[in-house]
Amino acid sequence: MEITCINCPVGCLLQVEMAGGKVLSVSGQVCKRGEIYAHQECVNPTRMITAVVPVAGSQMPLSVKTEQPIPKQDINKCMAELAAVQVEAPVRMGEVIIRNVCDSGVNIIATKEIARTV
Amino acid sequence: MRHFSREVDVLIVGGGPAGLGAAIAVKENGIDNLLVLERANFLGGILGQCIHNGFGLHRFGEELTGPEYAQRDIDRVKELGIEIQTETMVLSVGEDLVVSAVSSKNGMQLIKAKAIILAMGCRERPRGALGTPGTRCAGIYSAGTAQQFVNLEGYMPGKRVVILGSGDIGLIMARRMTLQGAKVLACVELMPYSSGLNRNIVQCLQDYDIPLYLSHTVIDIKGKDRLTGVTIAKVDDNRQPIPGSEKDLECDTLLLSVGLIPENELSQGAGVDLSPLTSGPVVDDSFQTSIPGIFTCGNVLHVHDLVDYVSEESFKAGRSAAQYIKGLLPPADTVQVLDGEGVRGTVPQRIRLGQEESIALMFRPSGVFRNAVCTVTSGGRQIARKRAQIFTPGEMVTINLKKEEVAALSDSVTVSIERSK
Repeated sequence: MEITCINCPVGCLLQVEMAGGKVLSVSGQVCKRGEIYAHQECVNPTRMITAVVPVAGSQMPLSVKTEQPIPKQDINKCMAELAAVQVEAPVRMGEVIIRNVCDSGVNIIATKEIARTV
Repeated sequence: MRHFSREVDVLIVGGGPAGLGAAIAVKENGIDNLLVLERANFLGGILGQCIHNGFGLHRFGEELTGPEYAQRDIDRVKELGIEIQTETMVLSVGEDLVVSAVSSKNGMQLIKAKAIILAMGCRERPRGALGTPGTRCAGIYSAGTAQQFVNLEGYMPGKRVVILGSGDIGLIMARRMTLQGAKVLACVELMPYSSGLNRNIVQCLQDYDIPLYLSHTVIDIKGKDRLTGVTIAKVDDNRQPIPGSEKDLECDTLLLSVGLIPENELSQGAGVDLSPLTSGPVVDDSFQTSIPGIFTCGNVLHVHDLVDYVSEESFKAGRSAAQYIKGLLPPADTVQVLDGEGVRGTVPQRIRLGQEESIALMFRPSGVFRNAVCTVTSGGRQIARKRAQIFTPGEMVTINLKKEEVAALSDSVTVSIERSK
């Protein structure tokens, strides 16, 4: 498969040879970081998810994030869980909003403080 | 004699990351009588709506979201007991360092300052600046406006979206709109390269199979009341549409991510010299403008890529303003910093003579240079050098002058990029 390295503005196009879920070889990188990235991205790609959720008792929605990156394939499931969540003001920054989202072992936490306004 | 509402040592215009950073530095350098004026009803500026992560890697060694980054500075400002007026609009800044401001709480205020730090940030380039033909229907937003709708107000500006320009805000919004249920049809970029980070192209476009059309632009906007579609076309080397390459895209929303412009109406009113290259004030290495006592930092000075560098710059500007108040920043002769081949808009534009501190010069390359060398020369001698795999306009370059070199300066300084042989 072919992926773009994201480590720097060069953006090397990496050719990654895979077999049985393992990386056999990586080519196209100008530095070592390309190879490390190819292993991460091809074997277990992960992403941080950030979003906002509505809050009862506030006109402003609450911004949230996954505490750690979650598997890339779980992004849609994660968004679906976020769409169903009920939150009530006030909220503290860092407060857990969803525990163990999509069984990933990762929590979703608030990234700002929301006061009760309505 | 004019009557002033109050007198302060340092007045800071703007409570975004630059204004907050400057305020922290002013106070930490021993000046207590300072005041920050902020137009919005919250602090932190644009960071509040940048809910994605990636901020603070250089400054804090961790990846924070925008609101989290802003909160650290807000907490510090509160801890230091710095006075802030929000919902206060600065109407004018005078060359006599008198600032007029208005708010519903305090009415009209005329404030006399001994030093002023301009930290108003920047604005997005609007549709009107592009000259794109078509109707004036609803559904056309700057990417940052859409970001405000989605992230701060909690509603979606549209369902089928085309993004013009591939700056980072546009890329980030392509992902945000997709995750919130919209269909993003395409990201269209006039230049043959994106000005966005590779990381954003991969994680905001490729992850969601959103095509990026390089060397393309929007040539028609259709719709009577609401946008119904746009026509895109490939452009040639002179950025002119190529007949026959047109393609119609049915959409209800067009987001513009076509560049940022420093917001310098107040600086202009004060009579501060502006640079046509950065659209920001001309400064010396202490971040002092052409008017003694007026300093500036952040995106109002030149548009940065990372907030970390805005904060760093604001600490320097704040420290300089504090030194100025204490009489430790006397007028000095300066030499000019000139843009050479491949270089645009170097900041600072002037370096004070007779000092011994290292200085960071910042600029944007005028094009893409692979495997090239950035050099700084003065009086026919090379005084700094930096090699890189790539220099691109999307990434600001910083090159440091060692303090020995700064101390030895007597002639103008030229920054250039040379392709290596």
